[in-house]
Amino acid sequence: MSFELPLLSLVVWTPIIGGLLVLAIGSGKHVLEARVVALLVALFTFVISIPLYVLFDTTTHQMQFVELYPWIERFNINYHLGVDGISMPLIILTTFTTVLVVLAGWEVIQYKPAQYMAAFLIMEGLMNGVFAALDGMLFYVFWEALLIPMFVVIGIWGGPRRVYATIKFFLYTFLGSVFMLVSLIYMYFQADSFAILDFHALKLGMTAQILIFLAFLLAFAVKVPMWPVHTWLPDAHVEAPTGGSVILAAIMLKLGAYGFLRFSLPMVPDASRELDWLMIMLSLIAVVYIGFVALVQKDMKKLVAYSSISHMGFVTLGFFIAFTIFENTGSWKGAAMGIEGGIVQMISHGFISGAMFLCIGVLYDRVHSREIAAYGGVTNTMPAFAAFAVLFAMANSGLPGTSGFVGEFMVILSAFKADFWIAFVAALTLIVGAAYTLWMVKRVFFGEVANDNVAKLKDINAREFVILSTLAAAVLFFGIYPAPLLEVMGASVQHLLEHIAQSKL
Amino acid sequence: MSNMSVALPEMFVLGMACLILLIDLFLTDKNRIITYLLAQATLVGAAIASLGHQFGTPEIAYSGTFIRDGMGDVLKVFIYLSVFVVFLYSRSYLQARNMFKGEFYVLGLFGVLGMMVMVSAHSLLTLYLGLELLSLSMYALVAMNRNSISSSEAAMKYFILGALASGMLLYGMSMLYGVTGSLELAQISRGVTEAGADDMVLVFGLVFTVVGIAFKLGAVPFHMWVPDVYQGSPTAVTVYIGSAPKIAAFAMVMRLLVDGLEGLQEHWQGMLIILVILSLALGNITAIAQTNIKRMLAYSTIAHVGYLLLGVLSGTESGYASSMFYTIVYALMSLGGFGMIMLLSRAGFEADRLEDFKGLNERSPWFAFMMLILMFSMAGVPVFLGFWAKLSVLSAVVEAGMVWLAVVAVIFSIIGAFYYLRIVKLMYFDKPEDSSPIESEIDVRIMLSANSLAILALGMFPGALMGLCVKALAVT
Repeated sequence: MSFELPLLSLVVWTPIIGGLLVLAIGSGKHVLEARVVALLVALFTFVISIPLYVLFDTTTHQMQFVELYPWIERFNINYHLGVDGISMPLIILTTFTTVLVVLAGWEVIQYKPAQYMAAFLIMEGLMNGVFAALDGMLFYVFWEALLIPMFVVIGIWGGPRRVYATIKFFLYTFLGSVFMLVSLIYMYFQADSFAILDFHALKLGMTAQILIFLAFLLAFAVKVPMWPVHTWLPDAHVEAPTGGSVILAAIMLKLGAYGFLRFSLPMVPDASRELDWLMIMLSLIAVVYIGFVALVQKDMKKLVAYSSISHMGFVTLGFFIAFTIFENTGSWKGAAMGIEGGIVQMISHGFISGAMFLCIGVLYDRVHSREIAAYGGVTNTMPAFAAFAVLFAMANSGLPGTSGFVGEFMVILSAFKADFWIAFVAALTLIVGAAYTLWMVKRVFFGEVANDNVAKLKDINAREFVILSTLAAAVLFFGIYPAPLLEVMGASVQHLLEHIAQSKL
Repeated sequence: MSNMSVALPEMFVLGMACLILLIDLFLTDKNRIITYLLAQATLVGAAIASLGHQFGTPEIAYSGTFIRDGMGDVLKVFIYLSVFVVFLYSRSYLQARNMFKGEFYVLGLFGVLGMMVMVSAHSLLTLYLGLELLSLSMYALVAMNRNSISSSEAAMKYFILGALASGMLLYGMSMLYGVTGSLELAQISRGVTEAGADDMVLVFGLVFTVVGIAFKLGAVPFHMWVPDVYQGSPTAVTVYIGSAPKIAAFAMVMRLLVDGLEGLQEHWQGMLIILVILSLALGNITAIAQTNIKRMLAYSTIAHVGYLLLGVLSGTESGYASSMFYTIVYALMSLGGFGMIMLLSRAGFEADRLEDFKGLNERSPWFAFMMLILMFSMAGVPVFLGFWAKLSVLSAVVEAGMVWLAVVAVIFSIIGAFYYLRIVKLMYFDKPEDSSPIESEIDVRIMLSANSLAILALGMFPGALMGLCVKALAVT
């Protein structure tokens, strides 16, 4: 660790301070300046997050780029940051997505643009904080503080029912996390520290483990979201501005899944093992049932929102079939594939769902409708855009060669090692997923030009082209060559499995 | 008589209050500002007198009726600070309403003296004297706007219910005296140990004492006066009632239940649990239905009293420290919340309806952001100070093995989040009904910004204030 700069702190605080700066600049008439500064801050943060990958040591599971300072001595809370192979890719995904979000809101947002940009930059910093935090209370602070900018973003720039959606979003997530808070406090008194790594080593009785598991489940399940606490997501997505939807789908949902990996599995492995049937069941319901719900949606954003829930079901399925695979095969090798598949799916879904929402945003900016019925034959007027949209739709339905395929395939493959029927049910969704995505594509893009609005559409401009082609490149790259991603996470997943293999009783 | 100096700050405030009363007689309305400045100077002087004392071993003086200790010093300094901020916020408010009179400051200072005596009480009698001095000042303050019917009504209600509460407290005190044979807290504490925790009269005395405390704090089911008084008083008085007296009431809880009756902890713990759960439930749920923001904040106060008592009922040293921390934090947040109402108000317009906050982000993004900080802090969302206050009281009950109570408390905090969010919603998501610029004076603007930013800054670095509370109690 020869690198001297506190990289993680920079990645966390640059966007937050930059966001405040944008707020200060943009309060008057300097809207363009505020936009430029926002873009520069986002780009700069992305650039300083790249060394995290370049300098990352893939041979170890140890936390890297660690920073540790005492923060609140009374409760032994430290400002403790660090990343491993699981959190580092998520940080880069965050910094990458934020650049696109700032670009995507460039001209579209006319009402208080500086506040909009500032909110997203602050959110970026807080999300990086969640992924980098190694202290339970620091994690919780970032986790909860994140709600505030998101609440404001949906509420100010959202659609007609934005107030309902944002309050629902806030209260649901708040509900989930306060139980986590009580669990963290309980564990603090057992471990005499809030350090996540101390919690990993903590011995807990079975009852305590089950209760803590359920509290964590509530917190993370709401964020993922899992059935049946998913109902805030379609509302929030539909009413959020495009950038809000992208951040929600691409990163916020990953926070919950990340929580399972960082908290639930290693801290309470025995309860996880005991209740894995519950998790598998909820995941399968999300995958299949929500898939069917997506099929009947009339609103494009809702459709993609439900499809997100369904895809996140694969993530949680991949995480929690580990125990069954171990029982069947006696080795943790196969289990590793499920978890790695889940993480790949997280990253890939970040790109794909972000791209899908950006595509809908492109249409919405022009026609101001998200109804599928309002479109038809868009290919005729926007050929370049249609090419991108079809590519992302294919990726969303898991076409081989796109990143969407890799994660789903790994999860289904490892599910076969666990149980034929679990794999069978999960694989069904490939069909359902293709059905709802492609059907939407058919209705929106193909056929005759449906109405005057569509006839008047202008194809994407250079800004939109840059955004979509960057994402297309990412989707194809990880679809064809996922090895860099798998390499980075290998040692950390292996270590995680060693952890959950040991009983903490 | 070397230990006369133990009560130096009290003597100073008393002297100055009398002096200001006299000086004010000779001032015309034009020069009334002198009264204001003298009152502020008194608070600063008292703070210097209190801080000049070493943070050392407790000193007991005046035949065991008066104590000066770490907890008392810290609480007193925060009382001065709160009242200083109250006076600052209310100057232009009072001027605009033709209520800029000397009485406000003199009564305010006598109230401060009452609070100081309560904080430093080491005997039931001293405590009662301080309490009554505070209460009488507050009754008069509430009624200060003679022409307002709602103010007079609030003052009447407050007076009658307050007198009833004082009666209850006195009745309880007489029983404690009957069993232990002393009014001095240290001797009562010994008497309790001798009599045993199951002595019938003692438990009866405790019940009445707890009732009296609950009245003064505004805990359910003894909360009836809170919403009416908060709503009916001029906002300048509401902010006074809502901040510093809570600190003094916390001191009263500590003096009576911990210093005096710690031997009966098994009994009062159960009583406080009931008060806490009822306060959390009623405060948070009823606040949702309010349309007047002062009334809403009154119900929110009731809920906050519930959280505040969580730390005390855990019955541990760290629990007391976390309650103390919560009280101070609450006073700071309350100051900001009511201060914001005064900032938005102007002559003839009180800004006390929820709708008056509509579209504040359009009118003044800066103060909308300040209010956002205050609201999220009261809701207990990190990274603001209110979160750390909740965290400390919750950890105190978890430490005492009552995880279920922590769960109950967090469930009500979710319900509570709703009405704080609604303010943010009104400010940010709705269009303003009245787009007139905010007319307030520069001192109020600066103080209010400092108040809110302090909640943000202390939220990022809460360690020092938390540590101060622990240290203040440790030397007791």
